[in-house]
Amino acid sequence: MTEWINVILQGVLIGGLYAMFAAGLSLIFGVMRLVNIAHGDLIVLAAYVALLVTQGVGIDPLTSLLLVVPIMAAIGYALQRGLLNFTLGEDLLPPLLVTFGLSIIIQNGLLELFTADSRKLQAGAIEIQTFQVAQGIWIGVLPLIQFVVAIAVIAGLQMLFYRTALGRAFRATSDDQPVAQLMGLDTRHVFAMAMALSLAVIAIAGVFLAVRANFDPSIGPARLIFGFEAVIIGGLGSMWGTLIGGIVLGVSQAIGAQINPGWQLLAGHIIFLTILAVRPQGLFPKVAG
Amino acid sequence: MKVEHATASSRIGVALVAVTLIVLTLAPFWGAREMLRLLAEIFTFVALASLWNLLAGYAGLVSVGQQAFVGLGGYLLFALAMLAGVHPILAILIAGPVAALIAVPVALLIFRLRGAYFAIGTWVVAEVFRLLASQVSVLGGGSGISLPASIVIAMAPSRQAREFEIYWLALALTVMVLGLIVTLLRSRHGLALTAIRDNELTAQSAGIDVTRLKFIVYVVTAFGTGMVGALIFLMKLRISPDTAFSVNDWTAFVIFITVIGGIGRIEGPIIGTIIFFMLRQALADLGSLYLLIMGAVAIAIMLGAPKGLWGLVAERFGWQVLPLQRRLVTADTAEQTGAKP
Repeated sequence: MTEWINVILQGVLIGGLYAMFAAGLSLIFGVMRLVNIAHGDLIVLAAYVALLVTQGVGIDPLTSLLLVVPIMAAIGYALQRGLLNFTLGEDLLPPLLVTFGLSIIIQNGLLELFTADSRKLQAGAIEIQTFQVAQGIWIGVLPLIQFVVAIAVIAGLQMLFYRTALGRAFRATSDDQPVAQLMGLDTRHVFAMAMALSLAVIAIAGVFLAVRANFDPSIGPARLIFGFEAVIIGGLGSMWGTLIGGIVLGVSQAIGAQINPGWQLLAGHIIFLTILAVRPQGLFPKVAG
Repeated sequence: MKVEHATASSRIGVALVAVTLIVLTLAPFWGAREMLRLLAEIFTFVALASLWNLLAGYAGLVSVGQQAFVGLGGYLLFALAMLAGVHPILAILIAGPVAALIAVPVALLIFRLRGAYFAIGTWVVAEVFRLLASQVSVLGGGSGISLPASIVIAMAPSRQAREFEIYWLALALTVMVLGLIVTLLRSRHGLALTAIRDNELTAQSAGIDVTRLKFIVYVVTAFGTGMVGALIFLMKLRISPDTAFSVNDWTAFVIFITVIGGIGRIEGPIIGTIIFFMLRQALADLGSLYLLIMGAVAIAIMLGAPKGLWGLVAERFGWQVLPLQRRLVTADTAEQTGAKP
């Protein structure tokens, strides 16, 4: 029994990471209806940036966030102003195909620079620290930090969306782009800010991913799929929904893996497809209007 | 008044296509072994890209998960040939309808996702297929399996005869796929599809059942892609979940081909495949840089010439190789062009 509680607890905590994958995806879709196929590869790019920063500056991975987050945000702003803004319009095809091309470019660029070897960020003693919450039930310190950070990120995004001028600009552009433009908003800048914010979240997710497990240039697409599944499970347009979606996905994978190691990913996909079949609007869809 | 498909350029085009087909059919008598292999590979990519073009270019269903049906076809070939003793050629023919049958519930599920999220949904389906394939231990599980020599030898007595057989099979299948697409596009449904390609909303308001048509196109594409997949793995003689459901090989390349050649036009994937293979021969030594360059070229074309290279030519000169456009011929224009009313 305690074994299963531990498994589910692990699943919930990893769900926080998936929620961070999902939040960045959901954010830019909400603001500019763009689905970024390169999202997963950008997460991996953030992990490599963190690798360079930790090795170059000699700081631990969690402190490196102070540098990795602004670096990724700057990349996001430049990417949107320099490339992705030119793909937006009525037609779905250009943004999809351009971000797909971008995904291939990032993957192969990383392969060229860093080879296919697996890497990992070393966070020191904190990696293996655990504490007991009840008889036989253990929680890792790092997974717990990751989960708390995920909640903070989502709460922060929620606040930003509904309490700040930038959030108001996001919502206005999302509702009606031409009118937002008429009201004096520079939508190119608003979109670039949204992408910068998305990549800032990606940076946090990438660092936690890199501390938790090995990474190499090819693992991006699977992260995109996890994030996407969490978005759909949680319900399109809902930030807190992505957290629930991430947890549902994490727990499904953990239970699948416990039954048979080969079923870890399959269990997650099957739960996703089941929810798509029985509740296509997701568990917590944004209330209309 | 009547509607005509053919133009002067398409009459020349059809004649050129006929000559090319004759030359290609006779390739075993003029080409070396390597030539035949390369041509057969080119044919499979023309077929895959044409099918993806039908799906994304005409029906607006951007899938990044067509590897699901390539791999499914491949695994069906291996399962039918190894476990049921079916002749490989018959297995290829069976792979089409089975892939179409499986595409029906898949479509019912992923059609719930709109626009760009549909694309990632197709990818999830391909991942599910890949993970399921690696659970099938009689077909090699995660590490894959080779087609037993006895099955290959049973196809034809000599190695040369087998190579000719596979070459003609690849040519025949590709011609069949292209014929299927041309027939579809020249039908009523084709007119509706072209309307959807140009403006979905207008098409809908003109009374076209857009969802139903998209569903039909998705299933037809799965039919063709499954058969081509089976053929590809008959040529490779070895299958594994990672090669069968590879997003790079069966989707990234196919998308680059279509985007470079010209999306939403039947000629695009053919031109694109020729350019793709020339680039591949030229850049093969560069390893992963080659893929990086392909990605950059595709982005540049998408932004600079979204209709692809054939789109530029077609718009500049008004050419079409195959008679697909519809023009209204009235008494006046008939006099001018000399066509009989």
